[in-house]
Amino acid sequence: MNYRAVWAIYKVEMARTLRTIMQSVISPVISTSLYFVVFGAAIGSRITEVNGVSYGAFIVPGLIMLTLLTQSISNASFGIYFPKFVGTIFEILSAPISYLEVVIAYVGAAATKSIGIGLIILATASMFVELDIQHPFWMLAFLVLTAVTFSLFGFIIGIWAGSFEQLQLVPLLVVTPLTFLGGSFYSIDMLPPEWRTISLFNPVVYLVSGFRWAFFNGEPDVPVEISLAITLGFLALCIGIVGWIFKTGYRLRT
Amino acid sequence: MQSVISVSGVSKTYATGFSALKNINLDIKRGEIFALLGPNGAGKTTLISIICGIVNRSSGTVTVDGHDISSDYRAARSLIGLVPQELTVESFETVSSVLAFSRGLFGKPANPAFIEKILRDLSLWEKRDAKIITLSGGMKRRVMIGKALSHEPKILFLDEPTAGVDVELRKDMWALVRTLRESGVTIILTTHYIEEAEEMADRVGVINKGEIILVEEKAELMRKLGRKLLKLELRNPLTALPAGFETYNLDLSPDGSSLTYTYDNQAERPGVASLIRDLEQAGIQFRDLDTENSSLEEIFVSLVRRQA
Repeated sequence: MNYRAVWAIYKVEMARTLRTIMQSVISPVISTSLYFVVFGAAIGSRITEVNGVSYGAFIVPGLIMLTLLTQSISNASFGIYFPKFVGTIFEILSAPISYLEVVIAYVGAAATKSIGIGLIILATASMFVELDIQHPFWMLAFLVLTAVTFSLFGFIIGIWAGSFEQLQLVPLLVVTPLTFLGGSFYSIDMLPPEWRTISLFNPVVYLVSGFRWAFFNGEPDVPVEISLAITLGFLALCIGIVGWIFKTGYRLRT
Repeated sequence: MQSVISVSGVSKTYATGFSALKNINLDIKRGEIFALLGPNGAGKTTLISIICGIVNRSSGTVTVDGHDISSDYRAARSLIGLVPQELTVESFETVSSVLAFSRGLFGKPANPAFIEKILRDLSLWEKRDAKIITLSGGMKRRVMIGKALSHEPKILFLDEPTAGVDVELRKDMWALVRTLRESGVTIILTTHYIEEAEEMADRVGVINKGEIILVEEKAELMRKLGRKLLKLELRNPLTALPAGFETYNLDLSPDGSSLTYTYDNQAERPGVASLIRDLEQAGIQFRDLDTENSSLEEIFVSLVRRQA
């Protein structure tokens, strides 16, 4: 194992985060706070409790998930796409480093960053509403699992993308709608039955539901075991795709 | 001398069906400077990229210091430093940080003193904290070299190292390459500046259309294929070649004022002395004469033409 190489890549990726702290940390925090003010405080004060939780608190796990997903994908996809774009990838490819190590470094850095942002948003939210986290271990477990899974997903997009437009395409056309329709701002129990059924095909529903259960206990939209299984399933799928990419050299080694 | 890189039967066909390399066999000797010459698109960069692990080969085997580049890629790649043709740098990082990064990537422990030495050797020490985006093209090129040297490679690939580099910097680079060779580093450079190969290389390989058409000691190559020219400035212009000189390979300039005699070094042709004697007897007088060796460039062009 070439630990020094993993550390070198990880450090550079984290340095990039710190260098662009306005864009990479402060902007997601500000936009999430705005969601929080608008939906939680302004509109939320007129909405009754959801499953026994005030609406302001209810949306916190959803907001964190929303940011976690978009940040993990954009960090990881950009992290691997950029060296491909400017050509510095040659050095990674010519280095005595295995594919596994490349993934650990890039995905690890992207996940670290989005977990950090998730925790910052949690801290910000706790200034607005009272949060009493019921299952801290599972809360962290879902946070880390989701960050890693979607960083892997972002890594795949970054390798697949042939242009900046394609890099934005999947997050914009697939991930954003799925997260907004994934119960971040509502319980899918509030939906008409047919929409409820359709929602069950949205993987984000399971993530948000499981994460919310870790916060408030109570009755989740879907059983927490299923949430966990779906998350792990998607993680396994992403690992499988990354493994295939590296085995074939897809878009990396011609 | 034992070979440090051994390429045998390597072919590369891209997904488009383009055959970039055809059954390449090549041995690089330990400690030599090897120049790989070839026109654009000949396969130089593809060959280097395969040895360095950037491009997958379609068939064949490559070993680096006895390590197979696929099954034992860590050992093989650790030995190699690569300076690619294009200036691909992390614009927003500082000079010293990218060198430290490269060293780490190749699994070597941090060594600021060694990085400092490289930066000083490359006249980059003053710029160590500068962001790369602020550097000139020549400095960026040196940063690329610094990155390749940062992990103390035993083999250095320089892909078109002096493309777009001014004369002074080119001389500096040549000096650096010689110093490296003295310290035992094997150097493989690709170039289409023949002058560079002529100046630096111990051996020259010529590649064209994906095939190695020749590998030879440089001196031997120049001797074998070198041609000499003798140019005679005539006192009185001639309208036609005089009779009796058909056996010489003579060219009369269009205005009739000079004669050019081309001869191979080892050819069994009448020598220069007999030509001059014959000219004198024919009453053809000349004001001046000049001889020149053909350069590697001419050798190269004639080789590539012959193949085409």
